[in-house]
Amino acid sequence: LRLICTTTTVQKKNVGASGPEKYTEAFIKKQIEEFNLGKRHLANMMGEDPETFTQEDIDRAIAYLFPSGLFDKQARPMMKHPTEVFPEQRKIQWGEDGRPFHFLFYTGKQSYYSLMHETYERFLNVQKHQDQLIAKDLPLQKEKRNLAGSRWLTKIELEEMLLEKLSDDDYLRFIQLLQKLVALPCADIEENYIQKFSKEVPVQLQKVVIEPLQYDERGVAFSTGEGKRKTARATAVVYDNGTGKITVNGTDILHYFPVLQDREQLLFPFQFLGRIGKHDMVCTVSGGGRSAQAGAIRLASAKALRSFVTEKEVEFMRQAGLLTVDPRVKERKKPGQEGSRRKFTWKKR
Amino acid sequence: DDRLLTEPLSHPDFFSVKDLFTLKDLFDARVHLGHKKGCRHRFMEPYIFGCRLDQDIIDLDQTVQHLQLALNFTAHVAYRGGIILFVSRKRQFCHLVESTARACGEYAHTRYWQGGLLTNSHVQFGPGVRLPDLLIFLSTLNNVFEPHVAIRDAAKVNIPTVGVVDTNCNPCLITYPIPGNDDSPAAVELYCKLFRMTIIRAKDKRRQSEAIEKLR
Repeated sequence: LRLICTTTTVQKKNVGASGPEKYTEAFIKKQIEEFNLGKRHLANMMGEDPETFTQEDIDRAIAYLFPSGLFDKQARPMMKHPTEVFPEQRKIQWGEDGRPFHFLFYTGKQSYYSLMHETYERFLNVQKHQDQLIAKDLPLQKEKRNLAGSRWLTKIELEEMLLEKLSDDDYLRFIQLLQKLVALPCADIEENYIQKFSKEVPVQLQKVVIEPLQYDERGVAFSTGEGKRKTARATAVVYDNGTGKITVNGTDILHYFPVLQDREQLLFPFQFLGRIGKHDMVCTVSGGGRSAQAGAIRLASAKALRSFVTEKEVEFMRQAGLLTVDPRVKERKKPGQEGSRRKFTWKKR
Repeated sequence: DDRLLTEPLSHPDFFSVKDLFTLKDLFDARVHLGHKKGCRHRFMEPYIFGCRLDQDIIDLDQTVQHLQLALNFTAHVAYRGGIILFVSRKRQFCHLVESTARACGEYAHTRYWQGGLLTNSHVQFGPGVRLPDLLIFLSTLNNVFEPHVAIRDAAKVNIPTVGVVDTNCNPCLITYPIPGNDDSPAAVELYCKLFRMTIIRAKDKRRQSEAIEKLR
């Protein structure tokens, strides 16, 4: 027989958990008062000024007084303001006489339905305005609203805004209504309202900045580039007015890369641009193997060459794959298999 | 306070509801038009005046009587500070009904009716909810042309109902049925206007009576 020790709290049925509000305003107020009092006591204990005791000081004091080796940060003792501890809840929805405050209370999802009601009202407003303009024979404004740079609020953001759970269908319906509203020609009137539900999408096209050429003491133009491949990391400095000499980690490429394939890889960017004998290169490389180092230097030199070359040629290089980082890395070995893909020999019996 | 509550009950038409509309208004708003003969509900036959080219015509004399009773009842409920819930599942009039409810200071439910709203209210809303004291149906059918669940639920929870019943509706469980058209925009706007005026009148009368009592 196993004795299971439980407290009465576990045995009590959690009726309030699924209900609309768990914490009354009075309860939260009391918690805030207790928190402030506790904060002053803590400041006194630590010998600091109670007036200027910030949240960071509280955290430090608690960590000092109650050291805990628990891994989970949220399981350690903490003292936070009640508004952070208790999630924002909807207060009681009806007054003393029992009459609810909101006119759509009896629907269950009052904030969502009132939002739909308001949006539809604005839709009718825009239609009325449109009819008026048509009656006066005025042209309807048709400046195309830029839809590319903005997105609608996600379901979770809308739930946070309304403090109410939504279903997927509800959310879809709301978005469809908003889209209908935006599709009308005179929707500019309700621009303020629509902006509450749209968010700017940051332009993701990062214009890669090509660094300008630098000049060293002799007046020779040079530029640097960095590249990587598997575990190899390389930096290359490409000089102008050169003879096509390439130095890797202090040694000539013929000595560093005995294999023809690696040297071909190094020369590929220059051969592509037709500048084989025109540039000098000094590179440093570490990590990886023979082939990986070659690939890393190739990428680094291609990046460095961008500064010497027109934009059109940069685009050609990009399309040739000279400027893309090769994402392939060694795949991990999985348990139950001999390697990353190879399985153990299958035996029938 | 006792006198405030008992005084209106002694008059048959304390809120002069009869002056709000005439038979001609109902006719102009096309309240007498019903559905086709095939859609007729058996229990609506007493309220139907006749059938013309397969379309049922509702007897407006009976409508006038029923409407007066219903408006009188809503006025009394509103006078006593009761919660009135407007219910309609017609999508065209959803916005109109909600705006009417808001204008009166009462409540509306023109959306999907969740099963346990009236019968399981303590779990849905929380302990200590006050349920509506009157349900007004601007259309007793839901989107699948079946009787609205709220009629049966209100009868279960002893809440009186007022409802506009069309020729294809079942008037059985409704306490104050109003035989009339529920599909034309003109008819529904007329109903909304009448309900709004009665409720506002009743509430104003209540405030006046309370003010007079206070002065004494």
